[in-house]
Formats: sequence, C-alpha cells, structure tokens
Amino acid sequence: MWSFPLHPPADSSLATRVDHLFYAWLALAGIVTFAIFFLIVYFSAKYRHDSRANRAMPSGATLRRESHRIEIAWIVTPLVLFLGMGFWAAGLYYAHAAPPADATEVYVVGKQWMWKIEHQSGQREIDELHVPAGRPIKLVMTSQDVIHSFFMPGFRIKQDVLPGRYTVLWFTADHAGEYHLFCTQYCGTDHARMIGRVVVLAPAAFERWLASGNASPSMAEEGKARFRQYGCSGCHGASASVHAPKLEGLFGRRVQLSDGTSVIADERYIHDSVMLPRKDVVAGYEPIMPSFQGQIAEEDLLEIIAYVKSLRDAKPGDIR
Amino acid sequence: MSSVPLPLPRSYLEEGFSLWSWLATIDHKRIAILYAISITLFFFAGGIAATLIRMELITPAGDLVSADTYNKLFTMHGVIMVWFFLIPSIPSTFGNFLVPLMIGARDLAFPRLNLASWYLYIAGGLFTVGALVAGGVDTGWTFYTPYSTMFSNTHVIAAVCGVFVVGFSSILTGMNFIVTIHKMRAPGMTWFRLPLFIWSMYATSIIFVLATPVLAMTLFLVAIERFAGVGVFDPALGGDPLLFQHLFWFYSHPAVYVMILPAMGVASEIITCYARKNIFAYRSMAFAVLAIAIVGFLVWGHHMFVSGQSIYAGMVFSILTFLVAIPSAIKVFNWTATLYKGSIRFDAPMLYLLGFVGLFTIGGMTGLFLASLALDVHLHDTYFVIAHFHYIMVGGSVMAFLGAVHYWWPKITGRLYPDRWARFAAITVFVGFNLTFFPQFLLGYLGMPRRYHEYPPEFQVLNVLSSAGASVLAAGYLLPLFYLLWSLRYGPRAGPNPWRATGLEWQTASPPPVTNFATIPVVTAPPYQYSPLEDARRG
Repeated sequence: MWSFPLHPPADSSLATRVDHLFYAWLALAGIVTFAIFFLIVYFSAKYRHDSRANRAMPSGATLRRESHRIEIAWIVTPLVLFLGMGFWAAGLYYAHAAPPADATEVYVVGKQWMWKIEHQSGQREIDELHVPAGRPIKLVMTSQDVIHSFFMPGFRIKQDVLPGRYTVLWFTADHAGEYHLFCTQYCGTDHARMIGRVVVLAPAAFERWLASGNASPSMAEEGKARFRQYGCSGCHGASASVHAPKLEGLFGRRVQLSDGTSVIADERYIHDSVMLPRKDVVAGYEPIMPSFQGQIAEEDLLEIIAYVKSLRDAKPGDIR
Repeated sequence: MSSVPLPLPRSYLEEGFSLWSWLATIDHKRIAILYAISITLFFFAGGIAATLIRMELITPAGDLVSADTYNKLFTMHGVIMVWFFLIPSIPSTFGNFLVPLMIGARDLAFPRLNLASWYLYIAGGLFTVGALVAGGVDTGWTFYTPYSTMFSNTHVIAAVCGVFVVGFSSILTGMNFIVTIHKMRAPGMTWFRLPLFIWSMYATSIIFVLATPVLAMTLFLVAIERFAGVGVFDPALGGDPLLFQHLFWFYSHPAVYVMILPAMGVASEIITCYARKNIFAYRSMAFAVLAIAIVGFLVWGHHMFVSGQSIYAGMVFSILTFLVAIPSAIKVFNWTATLYKGSIRFDAPMLYLLGFVGLFTIGGMTGLFLASLALDVHLHDTYFVIAHFHYIMVGGSVMAFLGAVHYWWPKITGRLYPDRWARFAAITVFVGFNLTFFPQFLLGYLGMPRRYHEYPPEFQVLNVLSSAGASVLAAGYLLPLFYLLWSLRYGPRAGPNPWRATGLEWQTASPPPVTNFATIPVVTAPPYQYSPLEDARRG
C-alpha cells in the first residue's frame, strides 16, 4: 500500500518513445527553470540593497544595443527549442494516428459507468480488455450516453469516446501483463468506478481465452440475427418489395447522396443511417426509413455494423 | 509629479459611513472595496470545497463523502474559483482602484456602469449560491455536453444562469477600462508612459469584451437544450457535443489569460519598485501582454487533442500554443533581468512576486509538456493538468493577488501592516503551495485521472503528501486575514508613499481623496524613475 512508484509501467514501443519525449522535456524545462531560479537567487544575493556590488550600467546607446541583442537571443533561442520539441511530439502523434491495416478490431461501448467490450469472435467482457501480445489491436469505440475517455496509462494513450460517433484507438502490447484502464472524461456519479484492467496474454494463452467460456457466435453472426430482429431485412433483404439501398459490398465504398455530395460508407455512416436516416439520403432513394434512435442499443448496432462489414465481398441478393 | 499637494480634502473612506453610502457609491475606489470583500468571501467558500476534496483524497476509498457529493464539491470549487474569484480578482479590485489613479483621472469613464457591474456580480453570485444551497451541481466547471444538458440531475440551469450573469459584469468592466484608458489619461500620459499594470488591464479588457459574449451564447444554448430539448449538442437530438467544447474553450482559454495577465501587470509594478531599477525592456513588456491577449484567442483547440477533433487541427493548435508561450517567456526573462544591478529589498510584496515568477515559470514550462501532442495524449485529464494550471492560477495569479494586496494596502487603507508577519505568510504560502501541487505532477504522469473520488492504492502516498501540503497552504492564506484586519485599527499611518514608488497613484494621499488628485497631474516622464545607484548610497 505504501509503495511509491515514480514511473508508470510502459508496455509498447510508443510508450517508450513518449517517455523519451517526456524526459527530454524534463531536461530542457529543468535547465530553463534552473537558470531562471539561479539568476533570481544570485541577483537577489549580489544586489541586495545593502551590498557594495558594482551597479554602474553602460551609457544610453551601448545599453540599448546590448539590451536588444540579449532580447533577440532570448526570443529566438526558446522559440527554436520549443518548436523543435513541438515538431518531435507532433511527428510521434502523426505517426501513431492511423492504425495499421492488419490490426485486429475490438469493439468498445462506453456507458454510465462501465466499458462493454466485444471481440469479433463474439467473446464479450465488461471493464476488462483481453488482448494478445505482439499484435496490433484497433479499438472502435462509441458511447451509449455521455462522453467518456478510454485511457490506458501503460501504453500512454487515451481517446475520448463520443455518443453518435466512432473513435479509434490502437496499440500493440509488447509483453503479457496487467495494466490500468481508466475513464478520464468526467461522466457522472461513478466516473471514478468506470475503471478496469487491460490483460495482455501471450498469443497462445489469448487463443485459449478466446475459446473459453460459452461458445458464442461471432459478432457478424450476431449482427445477422439482429438484422432480422430489428426488421432491417424487411427492406434491405433480397426479397424486399421496398426500394431500399442494397447493403452487399457497401462497406468502404463511396456512396452518392441525394444532395450531390458523397461519403465513404464507414462505421459512422452506417450508424447515422440507422439512427439519423434523414442525414445522409442515398441518391435515387426516398427518405422513408424510420429512425431507430432510442430503440437499438449501441452494442447491438455495432454487431449489425460487423454484419454489414462481413458483406463487403457479397453479391446483390446475398442478404436473405 | 514630484511634489505632494499639501491641503487635501477628506479621503474616500471618510466620505460616508452608512451602509447606503457604500451600496450606492459610484466612487471607483469604494466599488473596488465592495469587490474585494465579495471575492474574499467567495475565495474562502471555494477554499472550503478544496479542503474537503483534499481530505477525501487522503485515502484511496471514497469514505468521507459520497461520489455525488464529491462531484458537487469539485464543481463548486471550480465554478467559484474561476468565475467568482480569479477572473474578477485583480481587475475588479486593483483595476478598479488603480486604473484612474495610475493614469491621472478622477474616476472611470462610466462610474454608474461600474457600480452596475458589481451588482451583476452579486446577482450572478446569488444564482450560484442558490444552486449550491438547493443541492449543488455536478457537471464540473466545464459543463461538458451532453452530460450537462441531458444527463445530470442537478441544478445546472441555475448555475449556468449565475455564470451567464457574472459574465456581463466582466464585459461592462472591460468596456469601462478600455474607454477610460483611451479617453481619460492625464495630460502628457502617452501610451508608452502608461504603467505596465495599465497595459495588462487593457489587454485583459480586450479579452473580457471579445470572449465573454461567446461564453454567454454557449451557456444560453446549454440552457435551451436542457430546458426545451432543442438539439444543439446532444447527438441523440442531432447535435454535436464537440461544438460545445469548441465554443467553451474559445472563451475559456482566453479566460485563462484574463487570470494571468493582471498578475503579470502586478509583477511588473512590484519587482521594479523593490529592485529600485526601471523595468527591463518596457516596450517588449507592453507588446508581450497584447500578443498574449491576441494569440491567446487562437489556441483553444489544445484542450481537445484527444476529443476526436482532426489530427491536423491538433497540429495547428499545438504550434500556435508554442508561439503564445514566447511572450510569456519574454516577461519572465525581463523580470529576472530587472533584478540585475538593482538595489533589492525583500519586503513582503517582493517575496510574493519573486514566488510568483518562480511558480509561473514552472506552470508555464509544464504547459509546454501539455502542448506537445504525443505527450498530451498521455497527460490529458490527469493530475498533471491539475498541477499545471494550479501553478499558473494559484502559484501565479493568487500569489500576485496577495502581493498586490500587500503592496497597495497602505494606499487603499492608509495603514501599514507588520511586514515580518507578512513575509512569514508569503513564505508559508510558497512552501505550502509547492507541497500541495508538486506531487500532483508525479500523480499525473503515473496516470491518475482528475475528478476521481476514489483511486487505486498505489497513488496514496503522493495524495497524502498533497493533502498535507494543502494544510500548510490553508494556514498561509488565513494569516493575512488576521494581521491585515489588525492593521486597519492598530497599524501605523502609511503616508502617501511608504515604498518610495514612482507611479502617479503614490503622488496623492493614502487613502486618496474622493477626487483622487487635488489638481490633475501633468505627466512629463515614463512611469518608472528608479535609480539603484542612488538607492544603494542611501543604504
């Protein structure tokens, strides 16, 4: 209980690089701060009002010239150093912005006050995230209610989780171990209890973990069931008589909208088409779809999205 | 401006003794006192909330207060300290008192408007106190949507109304200062003969006038969404929660500079006086406050690096944030350079302001950590951020406020306080402050999130250290209350200029007469006329 850590555990190459940036800042800030403190103390001692220090200053023109020189030096030097550090940090941020294409997707729904997580294989967990070591993991996250934030200090990353939007966070854990998971965006009464753990397993152990527990259908299969349960197939299925956009091969494609613009059919597009169907109306279709706002939970919608994703290579008529 | 006019009329304090003579006054000096009393009450109210927060955090379990109570406490602490203490603190008290005196005017341009701003401040305060008495608010001072609009079950609308109303007090004060500084300067008081405190008030007023209306609109939209269900911010109603954050920080980041620019003005007055040396690079100092006020409007997105805003927006805001750091750095270097070859005395105001420079430096440097994108992703919304902004707002602004209280106390009250006690208090505050907030930097890097009522046990040692420091800090804040009140009755008479300072405010009696000056002074020289050589010869 009375342990005294000064440094959080680091378990990814990004975490190590963020630490390097942090220590570089500590060194630079330490030097600047120490220099200022030293000068204040030194001048205070040397030029106390009762000291006999030499207080003669150079005369007008010389003083002005020297002052300008000093001023330019202490404007340009910090500017260059600070911006240099800023570019270093921005580069690291930019390099880590886009997840690798082969990352394993895991779906996260934040709700007051828990994290609900579902793996593509259909394995679900609450307030725990099991991942294999050495494999990039991409979290696709949304919120059922207010804004939350998914923070994993062991990997030095966090990302706000918003209602009505999907945000992405990715990381590759290096070693097996357990790490903190915190909600860092204040979300109401039990914000401080919206915590959990990230469990990194060796790949083989992870496969065993995935296979353990109740054998559940995959997310896409669950999504297919939801697709029928909510009546989506009535209009979007092959035998539908209603003129509705076909979903086979939709995911990732560019869609022409009736207002002349176009969007890429990503998670957010599908989410909004279900929740706010009048927002993006596909060109050539009437806005007749009802909103499912308030009727479908975010985790069910994620499964439907997983199903639509699984139809990426399907042919028209495959939805039955 | 060298000789003191001899026969002066009664001081502003003797002009009337009834309660009504205070509540209906249009004298800028009396209004400053009204503000001083009100903000002090709010400061201690916000301090009580902070005390309870620090007590709760001594143990990892949430055992002193319930989670809901804790959430209301930090909301109350933030709302009160930001809008009812820090933002009005120096401008409404010392700005009100000193702007006319320093520029050689008899009052502000609109004395009645000035009184109206105080009444608006009180009205806003009553709304807020009402919200607290009725059961509190739990949204955090940031009122993030959709939590504040659709999910919180507390008195959000009352609290929002309070902040909305108090905003108009800021706007009116800002307008009043801008007009006064433009139009009412004494003959010969050119722009570059203005004391740097006036420059800081001018820059602050620009922010008041330009940024506060945006806060008013934003809070109005929050109230409409909450009250009438009009979808603005909640995605379930077709709104956008990030829109709120953009609007809120467009105001609230400049508001951070509202809290620190006046402190910079105070530092420039006090350091030059006790170093007996003219401020180094006066013009850079004046332009630096303007630059901070202007560039400060362009950095709000650095509060949103992990919010889901575009990564390109994040990079632009990051670079602009590094740019706004430069004028602040210039100011720190110039204060330090002012000490060089000075003839330095360490009276209480100087101790407070040297502490200010040190703590502001640490606060500013750690701000650069947070402006660094990849690092902010880890540090955002942790205790590192809490420590950083308390170094700026408490280590910076409150230290400078206390320094100002001690420096201008003889001018305002006509009495001297016991300097030995005051120096002891200054050191206590400095030590207590560092003990409280330095451990929070470590906690933040370890990953402890802010606004947590309970926490994993490995964070306990640092939290206990922080809470222990807070008790020292509290003692440091209570001390001046005693010896300053004591001095009102028993302190020796100060005389017009106890510190041998050179601003216009020291050329009139202490306390000043109602009309400030017997005759309006004619200004022939820059504000600072200190000579370290001469001073050192005096010993």
